[in-house]
Amino acid sequence: MISVKHLKGIHVDHHKNTAGSAIVPMPVPDKVYIPMVQHIGAPNQPTVSVGDHVKVGQLIGDNEAPVCAPVHASVSGDVVAIEKFMTQMGRVDTNIVIQTDGKQEIAETVVPPTVTTKQEFLKAVRASGLVGLGGAAFPTHIKYNPRNPEDVDTLIINGAECEPYITVDHMTMLAHAKEIVEGTYNTLKFLSIQKGIIAIEGNKPDAIALFKDLTKDIPEIEVFELRLVYPQGAERVIIFETTGRHLIAGKLPADVGVIVSNVNSILKLQQYLDTGMPLVTKSLTVDGNLIAQPKNVEVPIGTKIREVIDFCGGTTGTPKKILFGGPMMGRAMPDTDLAILKGNNAILVFDEAFGTMNPETACINCGRCVRGCPMNLMPTVLAKAWDRKDLETLKEYDALSCMECGCCSYSCPARIQLSYKIKLAKGMVTDDLKAQAAKAKAQAEGGKN
Amino acid sequence: MNLKDNHLIVSSAPHIVNPVDTSNIMKNVVIALMPALAVAIYVFGMQALLLTVTCVASCVIFEGLSRKILNRPQTIGDFSAVVTGVILSYNLPAGLPLWMAVIGSFVAIVVVKQLFGGLGQNFVNPAIVGRIVLFTSFATPMTTWPLTERMSSVLQNTGVVNTGVDAITGATPLALFSNAKDVPSNMEMFLGTINGSMGEISAAALLLGGLYLVFKKIIEPTIPAAFIGTVAVMALMMGFDPIFHICAGGVMLGAIFMATDYVTSPLTTKGKIIFGIGCGFLTMIIRIFASYPEGVSFALLLMNILVPHIDKWTKVKLNGVPKGGDKS
Repeated sequence: MISVKHLKGIHVDHHKNTAGSAIVPMPVPDKVYIPMVQHIGAPNQPTVSVGDHVKVGQLIGDNEAPVCAPVHASVSGDVVAIEKFMTQMGRVDTNIVIQTDGKQEIAETVVPPTVTTKQEFLKAVRASGLVGLGGAAFPTHIKYNPRNPEDVDTLIINGAECEPYITVDHMTMLAHAKEIVEGTYNTLKFLSIQKGIIAIEGNKPDAIALFKDLTKDIPEIEVFELRLVYPQGAERVIIFETTGRHLIAGKLPADVGVIVSNVNSILKLQQYLDTGMPLVTKSLTVDGNLIAQPKNVEVPIGTKIREVIDFCGGTTGTPKKILFGGPMMGRAMPDTDLAILKGNNAILVFDEAFGTMNPETACINCGRCVRGCPMNLMPTVLAKAWDRKDLETLKEYDALSCMECGCCSYSCPARIQLSYKIKLAKGMVTDDLKAQAAKAKAQAEGGKN
Repeated sequence: MNLKDNHLIVSSAPHIVNPVDTSNIMKNVVIALMPALAVAIYVFGMQALLLTVTCVASCVIFEGLSRKILNRPQTIGDFSAVVTGVILSYNLPAGLPLWMAVIGSFVAIVVVKQLFGGLGQNFVNPAIVGRIVLFTSFATPMTTWPLTERMSSVLQNTGVVNTGVDAITGATPLALFSNAKDVPSNMEMFLGTINGSMGEISAAALLLGGLYLVFKKIIEPTIPAAFIGTVAVMALMMGFDPIFHICAGGVMLGAIFMATDYVTSPLTTKGKIIFGIGCGFLTMIIRIFASYPEGVSFALLLMNILVPHIDKWTKVKLNGVPKGGDKS
């Protein structure tokens, strides 16, 4: 195997306009809409009913299923409705609508947990409602409890924040460095992991210096400066850059001895250990060329996007594209009626000129997508195979290894939406693999009879 | 704020794109080709400029017309036809009758490019085929080189031609070389005050353009380096002057501007190295062993045809997957 020092990637303009604007708390809105599914896994069932009075931090949705993270009330007030709605992803989910009373009373259940063992730690992580706050929203207590805990020797704290515009992790790191270091230390201790790496992209030298200073007497924790190449924050990339280990598609980080957590996740975890307050607010960057006053805000989970936009001075023109997340991997929202979820880290509002996609022209085989792919795929080959629905080629060229970072589409001078096509192609390959597995199973059963 | 009535654009990520697009790339290639045009005008006079203008104009017109007739979206805005026109003219003798140049443009744009589906679909370089068709159809005008001052004195001194009425045309260095005649000095070869197709004479001007393209990250130096390197090594091995073989004929033009044509060159670095070496190898084989003095165009044509295979052989390996492919 050829050993490479770095994975490939692309250079994007950072547009970190809100760097230096400390996170400001947003006033509690009139109503919050808290969805039951804010994580990857089984949906929560409401544990409150219409008419109930709830307080901040109170459990309002839970599920016994193993892969699930409970949700809590982000405000105090009365449950006025439990209603179905369509999510950002086009699925049907249930909202618990709470009419706020403005008192923000803290629930009696919010007390610091007693944590002395790994089991208690994992229980606390689950009770905190934590999910991966980098965007994937995978329940943290599952991630921290892999089937092979003895193989895990490294905890990577992801402070890369490689997406343009977003600065909320940066501001969080500056404001809460001490708690993040404590959280890292506690996680290492309770999960018996030898080494912690706090990895920060080089465009945040103040944060790097701060963490280096705070960890200089803690030999278990290393501060790692990442290169200024997108996508350093992608799980597979950050693992390779910090440890030299390759995480291939279909494997979990624990399979290569690593657990990766976002800086915000670690902070919220430490705050839960300190206070018992579960995950009820989310910090995010509000920016884009139409936001009147770009800033970093801390909002109660369940606040509607439009209220967050209004809090930032509204828009200076007619919005044509609103993104949840960064411009490289974020999702374009169909309207502003959706609520902020645990996994959101930015709202970016743009005008028509930004939002309009350029028409696709012919591929000129320039190879920029191949040179940009961190996974070493050949995106143009995959996209052409998708255009002709060529399943064989899609498999041969490893479509399933794509992590949809968008480097290929970004680089394409012909404006071909390569990563979108590969995303569709992945669905086709997955469907085919499932069909083959079902067929094999049916044949095996048929053979028995 | 209520946006219920305002239709938002919903599209797949990423939502930003590198400002470099196809027409931007092509414009940069045209800029990179300009130093060679300047030298051509200096050496051959305004007929060189006229030839280039004719090729560019006819390529763009043929491109526009064929897109119209084939009922496809108009693509003259991508500037690829301009690049083809300039490169085609560089492959022709400065004094070629203009109607022949128009035929070359027709072959390049209509036959090779548009009939195969337009930009990105042609499996061989359009300008190369344009030149080869002209070369095989009009062998005499295509090898009739206007005599430059320097060549005229060399030829008189060596008695290749008489100073009389015959001396209106001169031979290229490669033709002289092929006939074991006195060839120009390496410095003359490098600067380009020699005979040959109008755009290929000045290695210095082409190199300058190539450096511009590398600096602008339009091309990678892989193919030119492999191509030129192979020519040099083979020349050395056969006991010839490598500088002469690099600067003579179409090696510089071919290696820097034609072999690097994205559409007809391999995708991966490994593929590019194989492609470049192949081009250099075939060029030298033709130069030394075949009856043509120059082999760049045929070498490129043959290697162009092999590109799909090279791409298949040089599929890049996934990161972290050991040899043999652990897909568990």
